Amino acid sequence: MKNKIWLQAGLVLLPIIISLVVTALLIIAVGSNPIEVFEKSWEGAFRNSTSFAGVVNFWIPLALCSLGLVVTFSAGMWNIGVEGQMLIGAIFASWGAQFVILPSPLLIGLEILLAALGGMAWAALVGVLRLRLGVHEIFGGVALNAIANVLTIYLISGPWQPPEGGSAQSTAPFPTDALLPGISNEFSVSALAIGLVILGFIALTIALRGSRWGLQLKATGKNAVSALLLGIPTQRSALSAFLVCGAFAGIAGAYRVLFTYGSLRPLSSGGIGFLALLVVLLVGTRTLSALLTALIFSIILGGSTRLKIALQLDPSLAGILQGLIVLTVLLTNGLRARLLGNSAPTPTVDSPPFPTPEGAPHG
Amino acid sequence: MDESLVNILSSIIANATPLVIAGIGETITERAGVVNLSLDGSLALSAMAGFVAALVSGSIVVGIIIGMTVGAVIALIIAVANIELRQDQVAVGFVLTLLAADLAQFLGQDYTRIPGPKLLNLPLPILSDIPIIGTIFFNHEPLVYFSYALIFGTWYWLFHTRGGLAHRAIGERPSAAFARGTDVNRLRYLYCVIGGALVGLAGAAYSLAVKPGWATPPVMRGDGWIALAIVIFGGWHPFRVVLGAYLFAGLRALASAIQRSPDIQIPLVLLNGLPWVLMIVTLLLVSSGAIERLLSVLPRPVQRWSRNFLRSDPPSALGTRFDP
Repeated sequence: MKNKIWLQAGLVLLPIIISLVVTALLIIAVGSNPIEVFEKSWEGAFRNSTSFAGVVNFWIPLALCSLGLVVTFSAGMWNIGVEGQMLIGAIFASWGAQFVILPSPLLIGLEILLAALGGMAWAALVGVLRLRLGVHEIFGGVALNAIANVLTIYLISGPWQPPEGGSAQSTAPFPTDALLPGISNEFSVSALAIGLVILGFIALTIALRGSRWGLQLKATGKNAVSALLLGIPTQRSALSAFLVCGAFAGIAGAYRVLFTYGSLRPLSSGGIGFLALLVVLLVGTRTLSALLTALIFSIILGGSTRLKIALQLDPSLAGILQGLIVLTVLLTNGLRARLLGNSAPTPTVDSPPFPTPEGAPHG
Repeated sequence: MDESLVNILSSIIANATPLVIAGIGETITERAGVVNLSLDGSLALSAMAGFVAALVSGSIVVGIIIGMTVGAVIALIIAVANIELRQDQVAVGFVLTLLAADLAQFLGQDYTRIPGPKLLNLPLPILSDIPIIGTIFFNHEPLVYFSYALIFGTWYWLFHTRGGLAHRAIGERPSAAFARGTDVNRLRYLYCVIGGALVGLAGAAYSLAVKPGWATPPVMRGDGWIALAIVIFGGWHPFRVVLGAYLFAGLRALASAIQRSPDIQIPLVLLNGLPWVLMIVTLLLVSSGAIERLLSVLPRPVQRWSRNFLRSDPPSALGTRFDP
C-alpha cells in the first residue's frame, strides 16, 4: 500500500519532470542555456506588476475559452472551432467600437453583447453542421477558423483599413471610449473582464452541477444513444453546449481587441483557443481546475514574451512546454491505470467513433 | 492543346503530390482503424527536419529519411498511447498537432528563408516524349513518380491481396479478424507507422521539392487538415483520395489564376477562404446523404455504378481501441 502511494506521487510528478527535461534539452539543442531561459521567463511573468498584468491578460481570454470548452466537452463535442469563434467575437466587437456612438459604459456593454452573439452564431454553424448535417465538428471547426481569419484580413485590408492606407497589420486604433478601462497604469488589467470570468465560472459551475440542463448535457456526453432513449433531447442539448461555448469564446475575442490590442488585427485570437483545448484535455469537466490550469499556462505564456528580446529565442517554446505537459499527462494517466490496475476515468472526451457517418448518434 | 494549359496541368500534378502522399498515408492508417489527427503538425515538423537534415548533410536522401522518421515517430506515439495506454486517438493526435507545429517553429528558427538543396526534375525516358501527357505526368521530380506507384500499389494491396484483406478487417471488424488469428494490434502498429512515414515523406516533399526551404509560418500550414478532409471525401479509397487531392490543387491553381487576372474584381484575400468553403461543402455532400438523394433520381444501372463510386463509409472501427 505504501508503495502505491509513492507510485501515485511519482506519477503526478513524472509528466512535469519529463516535460521540463525535454524542454531543457531542446533549449540546449538550439545553443541556449536552460537556466538563463528559466530566469528570463520568470522575469517575463513576475518581474514587476506590468509583467504580471501581462500574465493576467493572457489568463482572462484563456479562462473564458476554457470555461466554454468545459461545456462542449461535457456534451462530448470537440469544439476545435473555438479559435474562429473568438475571431468572429473580435470582429463583432470591433464593429461596435468603430461605428456605434454611445456613452462609454453602454458602448462597452453593447460590444460585449455583440461579441457573444457573434461567437454564438459561428459556434451554431459548427453545431448544425455536426448535429444536423453530419460534418464532424473537428473539420467544420478547422474550416470555420480559417474562414474567420480570412474575413479578419479582408476587413483590415479592405473596408476597415486605417485612413492612412492599409498595411494589413491592423485597423486604426479604436477610440478610448470604446475600450475596456484598466485598473491602473502599473497594473493594466480590466477589472470588468475579471468580473466576467468569475461570474461565468460561478454560473457554469452551478448550471453544470445542479441544473437539468447540466445533467442532460453530461448524459448526452457520456452516452448519446442511451440519453436519447431516456428521452433527453440530445441534439438540442449538444447544440446548446456549442452556443454557450461560442458566447464565452466571443467575449474572449472581444477582450483581445478591446483591451490587449485596442484594434482589430489578423489572428487576434493568438492561438488562445487551441491552448484552451489543451487546458480542457487536462481538467475534463472541472471548472475550478480549468481556471487554475489556465493560470499556469498563462504564466508560461507571459514568461515566454521576454525570450525574443532577451535571448533571441522563438516564443514557441511556451507552446512546446504546454504541449509536452498535456501529452505526458495523458500518457501517465494511461500508465497509472496499467500499473495500479484501477480504471480511473481519464479526463479526455468520451468521443463517439470518429468521424460519425450520417450524424449518428445524434441523427 | 494550349501550351500554357499543359504547363498549368503539369504544375497541378507537382503541387498536389504532397497532398497525395499524405492522403494515401492517412488512408493506410485509417483503414487499420487508427486516426492520425496530427497531420498539420507532422507535415510541418517533418518538412523542417527534412530540410535541415538535407542542408546539413548535403544529401537529399538523408533529408527524406529524416522526414519520414519524424512522421513515423509521431504516428508511433499515437499508436502506443492508444493501444498500450488506452488514451483517445483524437486527443493525443490533437496535442501532437500543436506540439509538432511549435517544435518545427522553435527548432527551425535559425533555418528560415535560406537556400538549400532541392530535388531536380527527372524526365522519364520515352514516357516524357509523349505529346501533352508526357509533359503533364512524366516530367517531374522523382517523388511525383513515387506517388503514382504509391497510389496503384496501395489500391492493389488493399483490394487484391490477402494481406490487404487483413488490413481492412482490423479497421472494420477487429474482433472478427482477431478470431481468425490476426494479431490486430501488431498490424495496427505497422500500418500506423507506415502511414506516418508517408506523412513525413509528404512533409519532406514540401521542403525539398514543391516549396523548397523553410519559413515561419510554414507554407503548408492548413494542408494537414485538408489532407484529412480529402481522406473522408475520398471514402478511404486510394483512387478517390487522389482525385480529391488533384481537384483541390486544381482549384487552388484556378484561384491563383483569378488573382492574377485584371478583369475579375474579387478582393484577393477572400479567395484564400475558398479552399475551406470547399472543404465544408464537399464534406457536406459526402456526409449529409445529399448525394444519395441526388442519385435516387438517376436511372437504375447508372445508380448502382455511381453509388459504388460515391459511397463514403468510414471503416467501422475507426478511432476505437481494440482489446484482445
